[in-house]
Amino acid sequence: MIPIDLAIIWAFIIAFAVFVYVVMDGFDLGLGILFPLFPEKADRDVIMNSVAPVWDGNETWLVLGGGGMMAAFPLAYSVLMPALYTPMIAMLVGLIFRGVAFEFRWRTTQRERNRWDIAFAGGSLVATLAQGIALGAILQGVHVEGRHYAGGWWDWLTPFSLLTGAALVIGYALLGATWLVMKTEGSLRDRAYHLSWVLLLAMLGAIGAVSIATPFLHVQYTQRWFAWPNIILTAPVPIAVAGVTVLLLRSLANKYDYQPFFLVLALFALSYAGLGISMYPYIVPQSITIWQAASPANSQIFMLFGVGVLVPLILGYTAWAYWVFRGKVRHGSGYH
Amino acid sequence: MFEGWDAVVLARAQFAFTMSFHIVFPAFSIGLASYLAVLEALWLWTGRKVFINLFNYWLKIFAVAFGMGVVSGIVMSYQFGTNWSAFSDKTGPVIGPLMAYEVLTAFFLEAGFLGVMLFGLERVGHKLHFLATLMVAIGTLFSAFWILSSNSWMQTPAGYAINADGQFVAADWLQVIFNPSFPYRLVHMVLAAYLTTALVVGAVGAYHLLRDQHLAGPRVMFSMAMWMATLVAPIQILAGDQHGLNTLEHQPTKIMAMEGHYESHKDGAPLILFGLPDQAAGKVKYALEIPKLGSLILKHSPDAPMAGLDTVPRENWPPVPITFWSFRIMVGLGFLIMGLGLISLWMRWRGKLYEFRPLHLFAMAMGPAGFIAVLAGWITTETGRQPFTVYGLLRTVESASPLAAPAVGSSLIIFIIVYFAVFTTGVIYLLRLMAAPPHPGEQGPSHDAPARAAGITPAAGVVVEGAAR
Ligand code: HDD
Ligand code: HEM
Ligand code: HEM
Repeated sequence: MIPIDLAIIWAFIIAFAVFVYVVMDGFDLGLGILFPLFPEKADRDVIMNSVAPVWDGNETWLVLGGGGMMAAFPLAYSVLMPALYTPMIAMLVGLIFRGVAFEFRWRTTQRERNRWDIAFAGGSLVATLAQGIALGAILQGVHVEGRHYAGGWWDWLTPFSLLTGAALVIGYALLGATWLVMKTEGSLRDRAYHLSWVLLLAMLGAIGAVSIATPFLHVQYTQRWFAWPNIILTAPVPIAVAGVTVLLLRSLANKYDYQPFFLVLALFALSYAGLGISMYPYIVPQSITIWQAASPANSQIFMLFGVGVLVPLILGYTAWAYWVFRGKVRHGSGYH
Repeated sequence: MFEGWDAVVLARAQFAFTMSFHIVFPAFSIGLASYLAVLEALWLWTGRKVFINLFNYWLKIFAVAFGMGVVSGIVMSYQFGTNWSAFSDKTGPVIGPLMAYEVLTAFFLEAGFLGVMLFGLERVGHKLHFLATLMVAIGTLFSAFWILSSNSWMQTPAGYAINADGQFVAADWLQVIFNPSFPYRLVHMVLAAYLTTALVVGAVGAYHLLRDQHLAGPRVMFSMAMWMATLVAPIQILAGDQHGLNTLEHQPTKIMAMEGHYESHKDGAPLILFGLPDQAAGKVKYALEIPKLGSLILKHSPDAPMAGLDTVPRENWPPVPITFWSFRIMVGLGFLIMGLGLISLWMRWRGKLYEFRPLHLFAMAMGPAGFIAVLAGWITTETGRQPFTVYGLLRTVESASPLAAPAVGSSLIIFIIVYFAVFTTGVIYLLRLMAAPPHPGEQGPSHDAPARAAGITPAAGVVVEGAAR
């Protein structure tokens, strides 16, 4: 038999699920973050309508990321979740508020609607911040003894995790702004352009700050990025970031509709690849590798069938749903 | 706060609390999704407007309930990691894949087609829209399949081995999935969901019939719901009986707790109807019992011996009072639902289904009965399994996360506050939607948005709309 490394395959699958989650739910969480900047009810209706038919599917990738990790890397799941206890609870609570707001908002009076608008914005912000903080907390490593998390429930709180939290808020907001550029028109779109500029600059600053801070966390990260010959493989990442940035600036200056959103996705993909380079082959940095955490081969193979057949199918009908609701959303003609 | 509390007790409370809220929504959305598919099929088939009106009416309600099901479900799936990390590490290789299959086959299907189902009737045409509705309905059933398989495996583990790290691993996936209690639990739960939905639909129909007996929509839904109760309640009682026999075979201590059998009976056990189980004393006080009937039901012979909890070490006793009472609540409601079905059948036969007010009042009172029975049933199942999370193999205390009580306690408080605030508001919105009768030309969720008032209807929509009326 050909030696296939299941753990690596599964690491890619989980990473893929999380990435799809980040970009898909990223833009609709980003819309929530931007909500306070659009006080007009008509604008808010349009913003909501632009994602109402798809948000649930977007969020399902989060369940796949979490559930898939429990199945493929149970040890990592059982160490990381208690380590990230507080951010995880905060994320879940945030997702509750912004999730129900999609439906509740249409069922109420004006005054109550304002309350659900706040729930939508606040929930999105909290969930995003919590995800960013969780990312930072994973990168900085957690205290493991035996097969258990052995730290406290506030260990995650450091300047670095706060930085990654803020960075993700900026990133999602940028995704949301460029989504609006693509899906709306008129004054709403103009404002989205304006916001995209500001947020892009902030995002570049955030990428820079996180990139500078990460190597200080552990020698491993420094060596991974800067030691010879790794640098041949890692150097293209920042170069590509620079290239994408130039294209993005140009597409914003030319007021393109679609390009900005997809270029921001590319920026996310590159940052994500950078993350992968830093972490590999650890799933809990510095303590548990993907091989140590992997569940037995027969569990991973059993699921691999499902993933192989079903994920393409899922991507297919998800694309169809996006296609059904393609095009600009107009004031007063939302499909909600 | 919570210094000196037992973190495991708090984690159990949190699981019980969040689960009890969650299950209310699936029980309703599994049934309602199928009901919507039936309504749309009837509309496509007969072309009668009343069906599309009812479809749009219940679709709005479905959207709200489904949303709450999704957000409360996401909490559940992460709770395995946050509060039950030792459990996740040990059972992840077995039940993790089952839940991953649930995501892949069920959640994506539901979520992927939900948008088209809710907002797409005018965009994709009738046939494709019906397909979307069907996919959502099938998705909810797939979801029940996998999650009940994993829960049943925890109740009656099969097809597993234990590896060097102390993890459960699968030896035979078919045995894992189709473990001994799974078929019974799947049938019982899906029927429960259908009954629950039928009772809600029936109550809403009855409420509007009480005001006006001639409304077409309420007449149709009331009649459909009463057929459901008439036909399914007896089947459910039969299924429950079979479920119980299966449990006797695989989880005898749970049956002892449900029956209140602290003591063994050598020649025929009684059926205890009511009484006060006293865990400390190990006996049921003030028991009202029918001699020999317990053995007759469970062993089909009045004199068959039945072992009691006195044959089980005390540290393996489930909390009998809870199991005992929740079981009686469920069974009692089961018979009440059957009663409702029988009365409706009688009135139907006499041609008074839409006129006989006591029946409508009874149906309204029974509106929440399905939810209560579902909760009581799950409480029976889950407390009867204690003190194990994987029956007989993994104790609940060995399943918990290594977290201090303040962490678990604070999150419990947060969930309690948030759930009550959010979900009670949601239920109020649902009741508000139900309080208005379905009217001719009822619009789906794509229309009632306030934004719509001054709206421009998409070109294709005009045609479809015309056909719908
Ligand atoms: C018998 C049915 C049943 C049971 C016992 C459970 N669920 Fe559930 N769940 C459903 C039936 C369901 C559903 C019908 O598929 C839902 C309800 C409403 C909905 O949106 O989908 C759902 C939603 C739902 C979601 C959101 C799916 C999405 O994003 O669309 C998650 C993550 C879970 N559930 C997870 C769980 C977990 C971890 C459970 C056990 C501990 C659980 N559910 C018990
Ligand atoms: C759907 C309805 C369900 C309800 C109402 C429910 C309710 C409960 C309750 C009340 C407990 C606490 C028992 C006690 O402490 O005495 C419990 C425990 C537990 N249940 Fe469930 N449960 C449900 C379904 C499930 C499912 C589908 C799973 C798994 C897939 C599950 C997994 C667990 C686990 C791991 C525990 C152990 C933690 C504990 O003992 O509190 N439950 N459940
Ligand atoms: C009157 C007849 C009924 C009988 C004899 C009966 C029997 C049972 C038994 C023995 C169990 C526990 C099985 C176990 O954990 O091993 C159970 C669980 C349950 N029951 Fe019932 N039941 C009845 C009616 C109902 C009704 C009317 C509903 C809801 C509408 C319902 C909903 C449930 C649910 C949700 C569970 C937990 C899941 C499961 O284990 O299937 N039951 N029932």
